[in-house]
Amino acid sequence: MIVAISAAVALAALGYVAFGGIGANLVYYWSPTELMEAGRKAQGADIRLGGLVEAGSVQRAADGLTLRFRVTDGTTTVPVYARAVPPAMFREGIGVVVEGTMGADGEFQTERLMVKHDNQYRPPGDTEDLDMKELLETMKIADG
Amino acid sequence: MNTILGQSLVLAGLAACACGAPIAFVAGARRSDRGLQWSRRLAFVFGGAMLLANLVMEIALVTHDFSVSYVAQVGSRATPLVITLVSLWSSLEGSILFWGLVLGLFTAAVAWWQREGARDYLAYTLGTLFSIGLFFTFLIAGPANPFAPTPPPVPLDGPGPNPLLQNHVLMIVHPPMLYLGYVGMSVPFAMAVAALLRGQLGPTWLRPMRQWLLLPTGFLTVGIMLGGWWSYEVLGWGGYWAWDPVENASFLPWLTAIAAVHSAVVQQRRGTLKAWTTILILLTFLLTILGTFLTRSGVVNSVHSFTQSPIGPLFLIFLGICLLAVVALLALRIDTLSQSGGDAGLHAREGAFLMNNLLLVLLMFTVLVGTLFPILAEAVRGVKVSVGEPYFNRMAVPVFLGLLLLMGIGPALPWGRSRPEAVRRVLLAPLPAALAGVLLTWLLGGRGYLLLTGGLAGYALWVTAARGLEPARTGRPGVVRSASRIFGGYLVHLGVIVTFVAIAVSATTQSSHEATLAPGQSMAAGRYEITFDRAAVEQQPHRLLRKAEVTVLRRGDAVGTLEPALSQYPTQREPLGTPAVRTTLSHDLYLTLMNIGPDGTVGLRAIVTPGVVWIWIGVLVMVAGTTLCLLSPEVGRRSG
Repeated sequence: MIVAISAAVALAALGYVAFGGIGANLVYYWSPTELMEAGRKAQGADIRLGGLVEAGSVQRAADGLTLRFRVTDGTTTVPVYARAVPPAMFREGIGVVVEGTMGADGEFQTERLMVKHDNQYRPPGDTEDLDMKELLETMKIADG
Repeated sequence: MNTILGQSLVLAGLAACACGAPIAFVAGARRSDRGLQWSRRLAFVFGGAMLLANLVMEIALVTHDFSVSYVAQVGSRATPLVITLVSLWSSLEGSILFWGLVLGLFTAAVAWWQREGARDYLAYTLGTLFSIGLFFTFLIAGPANPFAPTPPPVPLDGPGPNPLLQNHVLMIVHPPMLYLGYVGMSVPFAMAVAALLRGQLGPTWLRPMRQWLLLPTGFLTVGIMLGGWWSYEVLGWGGYWAWDPVENASFLPWLTAIAAVHSAVVQQRRGTLKAWTTILILLTFLLTILGTFLTRSGVVNSVHSFTQSPIGPLFLIFLGICLLAVVALLALRIDTLSQSGGDAGLHAREGAFLMNNLLLVLLMFTVLVGTLFPILAEAVRGVKVSVGEPYFNRMAVPVFLGLLLLMGIGPALPWGRSRPEAVRRVLLAPLPAALAGVLLTWLLGGRGYLLLTGGLAGYALWVTAARGLEPARTGRPGVVRSASRIFGGYLVHLGVIVTFVAIAVSATTQSSHEATLAPGQSMAAGRYEITFDRAAVEQQPHRLLRKAEVTVLRRGDAVGTLEPALSQYPTQREPLGTPAVRTTLSHDLYLTLMNIGPDGTVGLRAIVTPGVVWIWIGVLVMVAGTTLCLLSPEVGRRSG
């Protein structure tokens, strides 16, 4: 009896310790539409936002260290402010994943900018179709 | 030709396991000498068939025999020979075949080295190994068959292995080490099952089991370290550990294996913790199968997701069967397990061992929850999330500090009952070393947690040195263990302390700098001045290398040139970054080329990380210590 009780207490403590911090440390994978639906919840949360770079939206700063662009999923568009040197493949019309959080001004703030992972070679300039599954894989791969 | 030969050899291995398992179990139950001899022969057949099957695959790879489906999948005439040789484990089917080889060799090795032990015990051990082998040879023969013939027309050339795996020499050694550790855990598992079947968990079981547990634990340690090193040298993000699900999959059984190595010491010295040691060993094996399921099934995505395939569910079934068998066996032998042998009292030294075990299991549980949570969240609520690094670090940092503390006070404490003043004396003696550690850390600029780490490390170093050299100094080895074994054990502790400190330093003091540079322009990174000279292009047989030639100055003195590059493989759209690293004993300068602009500018990231190299050095010291323990004369390998 005493063994059972102490085992239960130990398990509960273990569960608390293990699960306690999990809620605060989740990273959400969202599309622009899901991001907008989340509203104020998105501010301060750790988010990986996936979508296409909208054509004609990229503005690079003169020092090459920051840039602004818009990410779209066809229905919703989110402005992004990136303090990061973009990866080699970055261009308009390409699928990207940005990790950061929503600012109070409605602009997504990021310091991590990743280009969609693609196992198939396509010539540059080829138009992208938005494949959420592949995009999601990029979001998850970004852990490594 | 190769397809038929390979498939026949795999079927021979399958047959050896299918016959071996029942023969060995019956031989164990009847204590039959003839049955045992047949089991041993079949173990050699299993090992031999797997060795030859892998050899056939290597020949097919080297001769570019694209009629073998696996060669058509990963082979390429442009790939250098070394890379072709190691593409054996660059994709799913090949890596399962390699798994079969390692399991076959371990089974044969057990049959050879344990032959002079108790008959029924060896028979049960082999029976368990055959049962595991049956599952894997079935996978190789059926669902993940690397020898399947390529459907016509047979191609003239193939795509080559995954570019990420071609990119660095570490890929040659990291997977075999990991497999030797992962698969090797089957042996202590089989021995634990055998001991439970016999109903005896005494010293005749424990002594050889400890060696067979230590061996894969050592391999797993090296495998995990090399994985981190590869991630650091190849992936270009400047770190070596990201709590990636696949990293976690290798880390989980390592934690329980380390716990088992320690609780086995208590069992050998005091005769207690028998049930606990057994459960840890059983758990370690189950975690290796869980880890394999996680990485093979595609339920988690990571840099390792190249190994996804539909055989995932089979691993889940296998895991379920193993779990049921283990629970049933434990229930059946509950009386054996609850027999309290030896001194049941918990004294100072034993308490430290127990705390070490609790911390390791606590961390294992935390990592397990964090790894499985996203899978469950997606299955139950349909939300896509991942668990961020802070969750893992929140638990790992205190646990590692706790382990560092225990490495100091544990070995200082005496075994068994002792007087309080004696305990106080041995605990106070190393305090000057702790103070020196704090002071040194402070002088080097460390603050906060680093000061605590420095103090604990100083204390632990003192105790490690004092205890490890004691037998050599006084000429009195321990009661059970030889001087070299004791020295080896503390050498491992020394490596752990070095690695812990290096991890703490590198994780807290890294600095990163980014800039876009035109030729001739410079950027500053810490005390470095980095000048971009020119961009260059190099065509290699299997890839196109676009490099940035960079001159590096440290405090105004030229220290050399670095060439971070982007490698373009014909089969992949995005180029892969190949970082350039300048390693010194105190810090690393890590340069990644992020992009090459059309106007001739380059985007560069420079990361300065103190202490990284000591992580690898610490693990090498652990390997040296483990080797010494394994070669120690006191514990006879043949006593079983």
